[in-house]
Amino acid sequence: MVAHALSRDAAVWAALAQIADPEIPAISLVDLGVIRGFTFTSLPDGGERLSVELLPTFVGCPAIDVMRQQIGERLTDLAVADEVTVDLSFAQPWTSDRISPAGREALRSSGFAPPMLIGPTFSGDLLTVLPIATCPYCASRNTTLENPFGPTLCRAIYHCADCRQPFEAFKAV
Amino acid sequence: MSGPEGPTRDALAELLLAMADDEFVLGFWDSEWTGIAPILEEDVAMSSVSQDEIGHAKALYELLAELTDDDADRIAFGRPQEGYRHAALMNHARTDWAFTIARRFLYEHADAVRLESLAASSYQPLVNLVVKMRREETYHLLHFDLWLRRLAEGSDESHARLAAAIEQLWPDAQAVFAPLAGEAALLTAGVLPESLETLRARWLERVGSRLEAAGLPVPVAAVSPSADGRTRRTADFAWLHGEFTMVVRSEVGATW
Repeated sequence: MVAHALSRDAAVWAALAQIADPEIPAISLVDLGVIRGFTFTSLPDGGERLSVELLPTFVGCPAIDVMRQQIGERLTDLAVADEVTVDLSFAQPWTSDRISPAGREALRSSGFAPPMLIGPTFSGDLLTVLPIATCPYCASRNTTLENPFGPTLCRAIYHCADCRQPFEAFKAV
Repeated sequence: MSGPEGPTRDALAELLLAMADDEFVLGFWDSEWTGIAPILEEDVAMSSVSQDEIGHAKALYELLAELTDDDADRIAFGRPQEGYRHAALMNHARTDWAFTIARRFLYEHADAVRLESLAASSYQPLVNLVVKMRREETYHLLHFDLWLRRLAEGSDESHARLAAAIEQLWPDAQAVFAPLAGEAALLTAGVLPESLETLRARWLERVGSRLEAAGLPVPVAAVSPSADGRTRRTADFAWLHGEFTMVVRSEVGATW
């Protein structure tokens, strides 16, 4: 039984790891850190429900509905439960520190500077955090913040003074 | 869902509606800069900030809908204009860039003071959302503090326009802290950890010191918010209400 439960959980995680972020497809939802976890519960009429807890990166992220739909479809196809629900949760704030090391590398190799690690008590000290980004093309630290707001809520725009490329960074939040 | 009941629940609903409407209406006003902001970076920034505010409004309307067994879309788009509870600060059209910056500066600090305090609320669902919102709002604060300095220290004209806008908006900005009918119940239940008048005093200190540092006059009269600070409506808002309910009204009950 235990082995069965473990392999079922592993199958769910593996399926979730195959879903790409709708706005930055280089990174999976698992590496992005938006999956807080999931539970199986018994339904009153027999059978089981699989509930996934999804933490939005930004409260107003327009990709949330796409993520929910893709998670629902993928896990329904997996056929490990009779019902699948995806619940949006603020029980724990998503922060950019939740992006996994593999996720940070995936961002970097696709041209996004990964966010600065900011620790759990992030507050108003952004002024010291914002100007620091490593150019994803040439690894220079000689970069400047052009705009703390970018093409999506989670991205900021920088310029590298060494390779003279504009680049985007995932926002520290 | 479990939560406060009776008068405390009604008062909490009033608080959530006020906060959501502030974010919603300001989000709509400033989204109008998309495509026509003074510089490209600001086009992107204002669009992003507005999207944040509409997102915060949506999450707050959803909290409210859960509390009152209602529907978030109905609350957002299904009310006549007299039913909105945003502060009078949000009654004005976007006007020019200096006016927009003045309003954002006054509002972002008011919102920051409000959110900081609510992070200690006894109503956990709101605390969870507030903790998340504050991380995003930090970027707004920094951005509009910077713009305040930029216009204040720019040309004589930018300075004069900014000072005039702050003077004009000052009384209506107090209305973010206009008393709520159920405030006493919220304070007793710890939903609101501090009175709105305490928060207003804190806000006055913060905006006052920043205006002084930027060489801008601090409007003298620290007028108390008028009782109708969240119920008074204007022709400007009537127009905006017509705009943002246009799609909903075009096919009542449609879903997609």
